[in-house]
Amino acid sequence: MSTFYFIAFLSVFFSILVITAKNPVHSILYLVLTFFTFTIHYILMNAQFLAIVNFIVYMGAILVLFLYTLMLINLNKESEPRKSNLVKFAGVIGGGCFLVTIVAALKAFGVSKQVVLADPNLGLVKNLGKILFNEYLLPFEVSSILLLSAMVGAVLLATKETKTAS
Amino acid sequence: METITQNIQAIPLNHYIILCAIIFSIGVIGVLIRRNAIVIFMSVELMLNAVNLLLAAFSVYRGDATGQVFVFFIMALAAAEVAVGLAIIVMIYRNTNSIDINVLNRLKW
Repeated sequence: MSTFYFIAFLSVFFSILVITAKNPVHSILYLVLTFFTFTIHYILMNAQFLAIVNFIVYMGAILVLFLYTLMLINLNKESEPRKSNLVKFAGVIGGGCFLVTIVAALKAFGVSKQVVLADPNLGLVKNLGKILFNEYLLPFEVSSILLLSAMVGAVLLATKETKTAS
Repeated sequence: METITQNIQAIPLNHYIILCAIIFSIGVIGVLIRRNAIVIFMSVELMLNAVNLLLAAFSVYRGDATGQVFVFFIMALAAAEVAVGLAIIVMIYRNTNSIDINVLNRLKW
């Protein structure tokens, strides 16, 4: 039980570091740590499939893509221009108001029940695969089309325009 | 395995909701206070992950695996979004030599 609170503290701590780090590379590395704590959360819920997918897809693919892009566009020569303190203060106030609203709405519900994993096989690959390919086969295929179109779009956007193309 | 699943038994659902709300608000604050386009993008990823964690928690709470399937689809969507978004950022950098979003202020009008 105390494991959850420790990992939750680490998640919040690293995610605060993500948005406050001055160097964008450090920011990405903190984001990797944040996602690692999320993976531990999934393991604690015995959602093994999600833990592995989070580990491989998010930490292995998406964040490496971020890191490559950041190194591709060489940011080190100019430091990031800082926003004025007023804008920062307003941003923090806005986000804090959002948080207070949600927590206050939660208080109206009173104390909730505890999260109990009734079926230990719930998050295993076998169970999820059966559900995914029985009930959600059509969205699965549509998401493959989405990934294909995203890949085509990314290649189209990122390639340099040639004279003959225009 | 048993000790891991025993670990989760005693945590109220409210604490999951509060944790995810905190991380989501940190993402919102990150979008509002940073000017680097890539860091803003990372804050969006943070928000997506907070929602993913909450969906998984509700899925375990209800004993229904549909929530975890949704998380899988959100991850596929995030991968597509990141690919297109980073391509757009690279294109912006190539045209303006900067990824400061204030350079793009003509989009405001």
